[in-house]
Amino acid sequence: MTNPAVGAVPAAWGYLEQGKRKGIFGWLLSTDHKRIGVLYLATMMTFFSVAVLIGVLMRIEQLTLDPPLFPAQTYNAFFTLHGVIMIFLFVLPGLSAVFGNFFLPIMIGAEDVAFPRLNLASWYFFISGALLAVVALFTGNGPPDTGWTFYAPFSIRTGTNVTLGVFAAFILGFSSILTGLNFITTVHRMRAPGMHWHRMPLFVWSLYATAWIQVLATPILGITLLLVIAERLFGIGVFDPAKGGDPILYQHLFWIYSHPAVYIMIVPAMGAISEIIPTFAHRTIFGYRAIAYSSMAIAALGSLVWGHHMFTSGMADQANVIFSLLTFLVAVPSSIKVFNWTATLYKGSIELKPAMLYALTFIFLFAIGGLTGVIQGALNVNVHLHDTYWIVGHFHYVMFGGTGVGFLAALLYWFPKMFGKMYNQKMAIVAWFPIFVGFNMFYFTMLVLGYMGMPRRYFTHLPQYHEAHVISSIGAFIMAFGLLLFFGNLLVALWKGKKAGADPWGGVTLEWRTSSPPPMENFETLPEIHERPYVFNPEIAR
Amino acid sequence: MSRPASHSHAVHKDYQGAKLGMWIFLFTELLLFGGLFILYSTYRAIYPHDFHAGGQHLNAVIGIINTVVLLTSSLTVAVALSAIQKGSRRLTLQCLGATIVLGILFLANKYVEWSEEIRRGIYPNGPELEKLPNGGKIFYGLYYAMTGLHGLHVLAGVAVLAVMLAFVWKNRVTATDYVKLENAGLYWHLVDVIWIFLLPMLYLAA
Amino acid sequence: MEQAAEHGHVLPYRTLVRVWLVLLFLTAILVIASTVYHEALSVWAMLTLTPLKAGLVFFYFMHLKYEKPFLKSMVLITIATLIIFIGLTFLDILQR
Repeated sequence: MTNPAVGAVPAAWGYLEQGKRKGIFGWLLSTDHKRIGVLYLATMMTFFSVAVLIGVLMRIEQLTLDPPLFPAQTYNAFFTLHGVIMIFLFVLPGLSAVFGNFFLPIMIGAEDVAFPRLNLASWYFFISGALLAVVALFTGNGPPDTGWTFYAPFSIRTGTNVTLGVFAAFILGFSSILTGLNFITTVHRMRAPGMHWHRMPLFVWSLYATAWIQVLATPILGITLLLVIAERLFGIGVFDPAKGGDPILYQHLFWIYSHPAVYIMIVPAMGAISEIIPTFAHRTIFGYRAIAYSSMAIAALGSLVWGHHMFTSGMADQANVIFSLLTFLVAVPSSIKVFNWTATLYKGSIELKPAMLYALTFIFLFAIGGLTGVIQGALNVNVHLHDTYWIVGHFHYVMFGGTGVGFLAALLYWFPKMFGKMYNQKMAIVAWFPIFVGFNMFYFTMLVLGYMGMPRRYFTHLPQYHEAHVISSIGAFIMAFGLLLFFGNLLVALWKGKKAGADPWGGVTLEWRTSSPPPMENFETLPEIHERPYVFNPEIAR
Repeated sequence: MSRPASHSHAVHKDYQGAKLGMWIFLFTELLLFGGLFILYSTYRAIYPHDFHAGGQHLNAVIGIINTVVLLTSSLTVAVALSAIQKGSRRLTLQCLGATIVLGILFLANKYVEWSEEIRRGIYPNGPELEKLPNGGKIFYGLYYAMTGLHGLHVLAGVAVLAVMLAFVWKNRVTATDYVKLENAGLYWHLVDVIWIFLLPMLYLAA
Repeated sequence: MEQAAEHGHVLPYRTLVRVWLVLLFLTAILVIASTVYHEALSVWAMLTLTPLKAGLVFFYFMHLKYEKPFLKSMVLITIATLIIFIGLTFLDILQR
C-alpha cells in the first residue's frame, strides 16, 4: 500500500475506526491519546451542561424575589455544585485534557504521550471523582453547602456531605497531577528529530507550563482536602479555632493551590489562541519567545499571589501589601501575550473564520476580566468589592470569557481535524451573536451590581438590586440560547457534516500535515522538521 | 507497507523517560508533605512553648530507632539497585528482602508508639489531650497527621518493594532492564527523606 | 520490543555504606544537639544537619549527583517552591 499523500482520503476514519478492540470497550480501554481526548470531551461537555443548567436555575432564583423560588439551603447547594462542577470537572481539565491530550503528541511529532496507560488512568480518576461527587449529592445530609471553597470552620461543622464531596475533589486532583506528569515527560522525551524546544508550537509551551503548575500546586490542595476530612472524622484541630487552629491557615493552604489553579485554567486557552491567530492572520506570530516564556512566567509569578483572595480575612497588613504588589506584577506576562497577539494581526491578511472570531472575542473578554482583576487587587478597593457580585463578574469574564470562549475557539479550529467533518461555519458565526451579547449583558451587569454592593452567594436580594438582576438573568438566557445553537451545530456536523480535508484552514503546525481524522499512529510518514513554526507562504501573507 | 486496522505500536522502553516520570511523581509527594510542613512551621511559630513541650512527651527512643531503621533500609535498597546493575541477582534479592523487613519493622514500631500514646489518652478528642493547652492539641494533631500519612506511604512502599522482589525472582527485572526497581528505590528514598525531617520536627523538638 | 541501551550510573557498595555511616553519624550529632539546653544551638543544628542528611540521600542514594543538570534544577525548583510557600505564609503569620 502506498503512503497516501497529505490531503488524500484516509482508508478508514483514522483513529475513530482503527483500534485494538471494537465497540464501546475500544474506547473505554484505549490508551490512545486521541481517543482519551475525545473521552474527556464527551464527559466534560456532559458535566458542563449540568452545571449550566444549575446556573440557569440560580438566575431564575434571582428573578423570583417575593417569594424566591428555592429555599436558601437549596440555593447554597446550587452555587456549591455549580462551582465544583464547573471548576473541577470542566475548566480545570479544560483545554489540556481535551486538546492537550489530542494534539500534544501530534504537534511534536510523537506517536503518543510518554505513559499511555497512565493517561487512561487519569481519565478513570476523573470519572471516579465525578461519580463520587454525584454520590455526595444524594447521600448523607445532602450536597455540600459550603461553596466550592470549603472554608473552615464551617466546612468542619456543617452536617452536609462535605467529607465525600471533598474526597471526590481529592480523587480529581490525581487526574490533574498524572496528566501534568505525563505531559512534562512527553515534551522532554518524545519530540521528533528536529523538533527543538524553540520549534515547538506555542500551544505545546502553554501545556508544558501548565503541567508544572498541575504537578507542583495540586498536591497542596490534596493535603488540604485530606486535612478537612481528618478534621471532620477525627477532630485533629489544625483548622478548628476551638482547639487553637487558625482558619486563615486553611485559606492560605487552599489558595496556595487555587490561585495557581486559575492559571492551569487559562494558560492552555492562551496557547490555543496563539495557534489560531497566526493561522488566520496568515502571518508568523509576533514574539514567539516572549509568548513561550510568558507562559512559564505566569506559572511562576502566579504561584506567589494567592493572598489576594484573603485581603479581608484578617491577614497582617504587610502581607496584604506584598500580595497586592505581586498581583499587579502577574498582569505583566499576560499583557505581553495580548500585545503580541495584536501585533501579529497588524499587517496580517486576516480571515474572519469562526475560530478567529471567537479567538478575537477571547482577547476582548479576557482583557476585561484581567483588568478587573488588577482593579480588585488594590487593597482599598478590595475591601469594598470582596465577596460581592463584582468578583463573580470578574471570574466569569476570565474563566468563561477567557477559558470558556477559548475552548469554543479551539473546538471550532480543531473539530475538522479531530472528527474529519466540517461544521456549518455560518451557523457558528450566527451563534456568536447571542453568545457575545448575552455574555456581556449577563456578566457586565454583575460588575455593576457588585460595585453597588450586592453580596455574592445570597439566595435573594434587596429590591434596589432587582432591576440589574433581571437584566443579568435575561442576558444569561440569551447566552444559553447561543450556546445551544453552537453545540447543536457541532453535534449535527458529527453526523451529517461534509468530509473535511487535512488542512481546511491553511495551518502550518504538524497536526495539519496528517489526515483528518489522523490515523491511530498519528502520521503515515512523519514530516521532516527543519524550521521554526508559523512560517506561512509569503505570497499569502502581508 | 500495509498497516492493519488493528495496528498497535510497540511499547517502546525509555529508561530516562521512566525515571523522569518517577522523579516528577516524587515532586508531587514533596509538595503533599510540604503542605503539612507549612502548617507545622507556622504553628510552631505560633505555639513555640507547647510544641517544645509536646516533643518532650513523645518517645524519642522509638523515633531514633525508626530513623536508624529507615536509613539502613535506604542503604539496602540502594545496594539492591547496584547489585542488579552488576548482575548479582542473589544479592539483589537479599537486599530487597532486608529492605522489606526493615520497612515492616518501622511499621511495627509505629504501631507500638501509637498504641502507647493512645493508651495514655493522647489522641484527638482524647482525655489527656483535652487537658493540654491549644498548642499541645495542635502539636499532637499534626503528629498524628504527619506520621499517619508517612506510615501509609511506608506501607505502600513495602507493597511496591514486595512486587519488585517478585519481579526480580521471575526475571522480569534484570541487569539490562531494571528501571522499575530503580523507580521503586527512588520512592523508598523519598519516604526516608520525609522521615529525616519528621525526626527533628516531632521528636527532637525538646 | 527493543530494550533501551541506556544504563544508569552504578554506585559501588563501598560508597553506599560510607554514605550510610555518615548519615548515622549526623543523626547522632543531631540527637546530642537536641538534648543540649541551649536552644539556639539545637535549632541551628536541626536547620543545617537535617537538610544535609536529606541532601546526601538525594545525591547518593537517589543518584542525583550523576543525573543531568536539568533534573537537578527541577529538584531545586520544587524545593524552592515549597520554601516560597512557607515564606509567604510566614509573612502573614509572624505579624499577627
